[in-house]
Amino acid sequence: MTRHSLLTPRGWLVFLAAGFVLIVLLPAANRLAAPGGWLYLPDYLVPLIGKYCCYAMLALAMDLIWGYAGILSLGQGAFFALGGYCMGMYLMRQIGDRGVYKNPVLPDFMVFLNWKELPWYWQGFDMFWFAALMVVLVPAALAFVLGWLAFRSRVTGVYLSIITQAMTFALMLAFFRNNMGFGGNNGLTDFKDLLGLQVQSPTTRVGLLIASAVGLGLSFLLCRWIVGSKLGRVCRALRDAESRVRFLGYSPTGAKLFVFVVAAMISGIAGALYVPQVGIINPGEFSPANSIEIAIWVAVGGRGTLVGAILGAFIVNAAKTWLTGAAPEVWLFFLGALFIVVTLLLPRGVLGVMRDWQTRRAASRATAVAAKPVEAT
Amino acid sequence: MNAIALADPIADTAMGDTLLYLEDVTVSFDGFKALNALSLAIGKGEMRTVIGPNGAGKTTMMDVITGKTRPDTGRVQFGDRIDLTRLDEAAVANLGIGRKFQKPTVFENLTVFENLELALKTSRGTFATLMARLDGTALRKIDEMLALIGLGGHKARSAGALSHGQKQWLEIGMLLLAEPQLLLLDEPVAGMTDIETEQTAKLFKELAGSHTLVVVEHDMQFVRELGVRVTVLHEGSVLAEGSLDHVQKNQRVVDVYLGR
Repeated sequence: MTRHSLLTPRGWLVFLAAGFVLIVLLPAANRLAAPGGWLYLPDYLVPLIGKYCCYAMLALAMDLIWGYAGILSLGQGAFFALGGYCMGMYLMRQIGDRGVYKNPVLPDFMVFLNWKELPWYWQGFDMFWFAALMVVLVPAALAFVLGWLAFRSRVTGVYLSIITQAMTFALMLAFFRNNMGFGGNNGLTDFKDLLGLQVQSPTTRVGLLIASAVGLGLSFLLCRWIVGSKLGRVCRALRDAESRVRFLGYSPTGAKLFVFVVAAMISGIAGALYVPQVGIINPGEFSPANSIEIAIWVAVGGRGTLVGAILGAFIVNAAKTWLTGAAPEVWLFFLGALFIVVTLLLPRGVLGVMRDWQTRRAASRATAVAAKPVEAT
Repeated sequence: MNAIALADPIADTAMGDTLLYLEDVTVSFDGFKALNALSLAIGKGEMRTVIGPNGAGKTTMMDVITGKTRPDTGRVQFGDRIDLTRLDEAAVANLGIGRKFQKPTVFENLTVFENLELALKTSRGTFATLMARLDGTALRKIDEMLALIGLGGHKARSAGALSHGQKQWLEIGMLLLAEPQLLLLDEPVAGMTDIETEQTAKLFKELAGSHTLVVVEHDMQFVRELGVRVTVLHEGSVLAEGSLDHVQKNQRVVDVYLGR
């Protein structure tokens, strides 16, 4: 009880196996296997799986705040998009004079708008370390300010959901404006290279998949560590009886703010890993529907389990990839139906169903064992 | 009323150093005065029972003491110079004021052990909590408390699965682990069996002296069992004060409360 281990031995085994598949097997299947062979992983699947890993990070962040601390943020996509824009700004600066207008400093859209010099907030983004820092700090700062104001004023439940939803909507409208200096409607695209490597090359894509898988693994361990700590138990206590937590002398503001900021950081990193793999970031990423979708992934997988969030992100997004290809007009109906079915029939998500099934099997095995001696006599 | 109170035996023994002092506290909600110039003094180490009909202001009084409700006027002083009206719930709790709610409030999805772990007196800071580890002393304290509240065999169960009376005891155990000076107990024996009620009375009597207790209760049998000074609240102010026998003879108390 005193020493808390992050995962059970079996958990570590699954964790390492999943890591091995994502970091070693899949890249090897793409790079080493003969194209066309049954072991071969086609090039188009590499960024797709990398993208799923980024979504899974986002789902983890959502589960940390919603599943454990009861904060239903419907603006989590905003932190993802901000991290994405920070990475996009770095990638834009890397284009240099290879743009259409051949301007060595200004990105094409600024030249098009007749801007003469780089706005102050674009300074420094030509350096990777600076951009990487901003990927974490910008979402964290926004989460800190918003969270501090909301939690201190005891805004909870549906009101908090509405505020966060309004935040992401406001950001979307702001980023749509051309004179914000983020490329307006078109966003940032036409990326050339990242850390001197060609963004489009298959090798870089594999590298990005590995980076996303590592990011997912580290985020998972960080979240596990937080929810396994005493602070994690304070968060679960907050979800049950916030006033009791106050009367025990804990400040709910501090605990909530901590997980909210950590979740924003994870979301930002996920966005930064996502952008080079899809090759574009535009204000559509701030759309309120995106943030609601994140909550659906977590609900489908199973709230308050972390593993469920990862599962949910992979399952729903794989279904989305398949359905938007096979029958695009059905997708939104499917998503709506999924939410209703999960809420009504699977309140503990896919993972809950799997666990129930496991316990039932274990129980029936136990009765079978208990019944045996009777047969023998 | 003062003259009668002085003639009462318990009145003479009660006052030592004052730990909690309410003076002219008024709280109104939309014109309704939940507390109306309430004044009350509780001595250090004293146990006090507070009775009164529904709406007399008992719970509002607790809200004011614990920082949940700000009074419109009046002073609430803890110890020599701490003004409680300026503090929020968490700050008041950290001064050593524990509160038990009328409806037992435990963390249903945590185990009995985890409930007690969170209550244990430790640093409440966010980062200290993140890094906190249970040491041997802490484990021993939790085990002792489990034994005291009779939940030793239930420590791995989720608190939501306990009976009503067991939840009451768990909440009392949580309060005690926070090592408070002052305990505010809102109907602590509601839903308890007779035996549990008796045990609770015994526990409270043991705690008095080293702790200061304010017990709000409807169960007259329990109030009699505790046998301490009683304050009767009515319409937000003190109607009578003294031993239970003494206040039961008071005609106004009979009219507004006991007689009904």
